[in-house]
Amino acid sequence: MYKILSRKELNPTVTQLEIEAPLVANKAKAGQFIILRVDEDGERIPLTVAGTDKKTGAVKIIFQIVGATTEKLNHKKAGESIQDFVGPLGKATEIAGKKRVCIIGGGVGCAIALPVAQAFKEQGTEVVSIIGFRSKDLLILEDEFRAASSKLVVMTDDGSYARQGNVTVPLKEMLEAGEKFDEIITIGPLIMMKFVTLAAKPFGVPVTASMNPIMIDGTGMCGGCRLTLTEDGKRVTKFACVDGPDFNAYEIDFDEAMSRSRMYFPFERKAHEEICNLYKNA
Amino acid sequence: MALDPKKHAMPVQDPQVRAHNFSEVALGYTHEMAIDEAKRCLNCKNRPCVQGCPVNISIPDFISCLKQDDIEGAYNVINKSSSLPAVCGRVCPQETQCESKCTLGIKFEPVGIGRLERFVADWHNANCKESPKKVASNGHRVAIVGSGPSGLTCAGDLAKAGFKVTVYEALHTEGGVLVYGIPEFRLPKAIVAKEVDTLKQLGVEFVTNAVIGKTLTIDELFEQGNEAVFVGSGAGLPNFMNIPGESLKGVYSANEFLTRSNLMKSFRDKCDTPIMKGGKVVVVGGGNVAMDAARTALRLGAEKVYIVYRRSMTELPARREEVEHAEEEGIQFELLRNPVEILGYHNPDNPRDERNGFVTGCKVIKMELGEPDAKGRRRPVPVEGSEYVLDCDTVVIAIGTSPNPLIKSTTKGLEVNAHGGIIVNEDGLTSRANVYAGGDAVTGAATVISAMGAGKVAAKAIIDSFK
Ligand SMILES: Cc1cc2nc3c(=O)[nH]c(=O)nc-3n(C[C@H](O)[C@H](O)[C@H](O)COP(=O)(O)OP(=O)(O)OC[C@H]3O[C@@H](n4cnc5c(N)ncnc54)[C@H](O)[C@@H]3O)c2cc1C
Ligand SMILES: Cc1cc2nc3c(=O)[nH]c(=O)nc-3n(C[C@H](O)[C@H](O)[C@H](O)COP(=O)(O)OP(=O)(O)OC[C@H]3O[C@@H](n4cnc5c(N)ncnc54)[C@H](O)[C@@H]3O)c2cc1C
Ligand code: SF4
Ligand code: SF4
Ligand code: FES
Repeated sequence: MYKILSRKELNPTVTQLEIEAPLVANKAKAGQFIILRVDEDGERIPLTVAGTDKKTGAVKIIFQIVGATTEKLNHKKAGESIQDFVGPLGKATEIAGKKRVCIIGGGVGCAIALPVAQAFKEQGTEVVSIIGFRSKDLLILEDEFRAASSKLVVMTDDGSYARQGNVTVPLKEMLEAGEKFDEIITIGPLIMMKFVTLAAKPFGVPVTASMNPIMIDGTGMCGGCRLTLTEDGKRVTKFACVDGPDFNAYEIDFDEAMSRSRMYFPFERKAHEEICNLYKNA
Repeated sequence: MALDPKKHAMPVQDPQVRAHNFSEVALGYTHEMAIDEAKRCLNCKNRPCVQGCPVNISIPDFISCLKQDDIEGAYNVINKSSSLPAVCGRVCPQETQCESKCTLGIKFEPVGIGRLERFVADWHNANCKESPKKVASNGHRVAIVGSGPSGLTCAGDLAKAGFKVTVYEALHTEGGVLVYGIPEFRLPKAIVAKEVDTLKQLGVEFVTNAVIGKTLTIDELFEQGNEAVFVGSGAGLPNFMNIPGESLKGVYSANEFLTRSNLMKSFRDKCDTPIMKGGKVVVVGGGNVAMDAARTALRLGAEKVYIVYRRSMTELPARREEVEHAEEEGIQFELLRNPVEILGYHNPDNPRDERNGFVTGCKVIKMELGEPDAKGRRRPVPVEGSEYVLDCDTVVIAIGTSPNPLIKSTTKGLEVNAHGGIIVNEDGLTSRANVYAGGDAVTGAATVISAMGAGKVAAKAIIDSFK
């Protein structure tokens, strides 16, 4: 069992937990993730390591409540425990040798993007961040991003806070104005990452996307997390859990990834409703 | 008494009933059946059967005990060579191992060695409650990577010799393929849990949720004070066919399909992990894994399950018994067929149609057996223009697995062969000092008993290295 050391609601649908997992805290690097199970009958779900404290052995996770498992997790209090917590999994984001990068986060993807931004800043890379949310009440981690970036642009789809529009708008402006980046790193909804990639393409800037397909084991055993990439004109299968989660965005078949991510949609909708009812009645 | 030419039939659940439940198919011999079957054994002086067992169980000796109704005595004989008799008695391919060498088999059916082994182990587990005693420590520490049969066996032998053993397992439950791959109806998970429990009583420590190479490296295991490491990480990496349509929704590797059902228990209603069930299912492959996937699909509620295999029934590599059970349950064999494409739903007018991207069928081509290859197996060749479509909603690919590269890529100086298998000498020692390996991680996908045997060999070498 893994103890919950602290709990904090970042917005109505996003919660941050610190979990006691010293082995993971010791090892995790920006871009890596963990897999957890809330209870005995629970599903294994992947979440990114949003921060670590080697002294207390704490691993920070930030998650959006989207379905049954994240709903259950959100009902756990500090002091309680969760069943399983394994990691760090996946490859760390490659940060070495870059002088200036642009980090683009969308929604809860910002939680994944923040430790990457912080790691870049720590090694002296200049970080320009663009973070986008559907509306003001979904905004998270603005202060943290400001601290990690030399420039921060906040966008909301509905204009309820900061600039209205999606993250590709300021990105295009910057690129058109001749700003140079060694790399663009994008983390968020698949559709957003697809359009960031399309926006960057004419300018020839390398784009890395952090992929988040459905996973089970996270060790390369099931193949459920597979993605199709086009490498040197050839379509190849990669496992996001061991070969990723970061990939060269120009090579990713985003449409296929989007389709696969909706595989269990009806099942999940039903399971989420059931869990919600359970808590409503309790 | 005249010798019965046939071995006692195994009592089984009725095929119509068992096709809809996950309870064990084979029910096991009764006490009388076991004694009667034991009496068929001729107690041959040259003991050919023992040669057929990869861990050389003293088969005639345990059967002799059984003849005299000394079941615990029989257990003690088996236990000297095998630490997982309840498992091997169920899943060993006996017909190609011990039983294939049995003298009786020349004229009649061989002695039902595996069934007797299972009976003895089950009897022991049901009747002997005393817990195994911890052995005095010899002060040495060993780490084991992976809790499949090779790791469990190595751990058990070392603990019995006084070593302090820690087993690191990547998943949340111990047992390897025994818990995530082989389904409940062939190997109840309670049996595996019992074996693990016995090891815990012997003082073996288990650390689940620990991926070696990620959570800790092999070098760190040494830094923590372990003096040797045994790698039994299995052959978990699933192969795909590289045909169009493999990324459609409804296409699974057998590992994913079986893991969802077994390890994550999606076969029960009260469980959060989803799996596609119902409809028509195509399983590609002809090994035990394919049989398990097909029979699992049936039990999950599929209306029709096909096995698509590119050679004929004679070459089908799965155990005969499993194939027969599958046929009885109504699995349809599409032999001499090979998939060329998986077809999916696509609504050109509505990209948001929820059915888009789901499997609708599997296009297969007929095959003929051509010239024998280097191994003497006749190579299947496609019959041009013979393609047709099997309607289905789910496709499970069970065409084999390879050793997982995770350990190799995180351990300096660990040499592997062209197939990714860790290279070892006859003692199970790898190219790294004090690092041993065995089981599927070395050989590629093989059998429970061979993995167990490899665990034993390495344990002996480790024990000897500290003498
Ligand atoms: C490497 C990796 C890192 C991740 N890091 C984070 C993180 O830091 N914070 C966070 O909130 N989420 C993260 N995710 C996504 C997270 O795993 C899913 O949101 C979670 O599995 C949903 O579980 P659920 O049972 O609550 O919802 P479900 O009932 O499984 O799903 C509800 C809805 O979410 C969609 N969904 C399911 N799984 C995913 C997925 N993996 N990605 C996107 N949508 C999905 C479903 O299609 C459905 O629409 C990460 C995923 C991966 C693979
Ligand atoms: C569906 C199926 C049916 C089968 N049926 C039969 C049968 O009827 N009869 C038979 O004899 N054989 C059968 N086999 C084969 C048999 O199960 C295997 O040969 C045997 O389990 C191999 O044992 P092992 O100890 O080498 O590895 P495994 O059983 O594969 O165990 C390896 C363990 O190591 C863990 N691991 C891997 N990497 C790491 C890491 N980096 N850190 C920590 N842990 C790690 C894995 O999670 C796993 O638990 C079947 C296999 C499958 C998949
Ligand atoms: S372990 Fe397997 S091969 Fe050996 S005697 Fe038992 S059933 Fe036969
Ligand atoms: S070969 Fe057959 S008959 Fe002879 S001892 Fe072995 S099991 Fe008995
Ligand atoms: S999650 Fe199973 S292979 Fe990646």
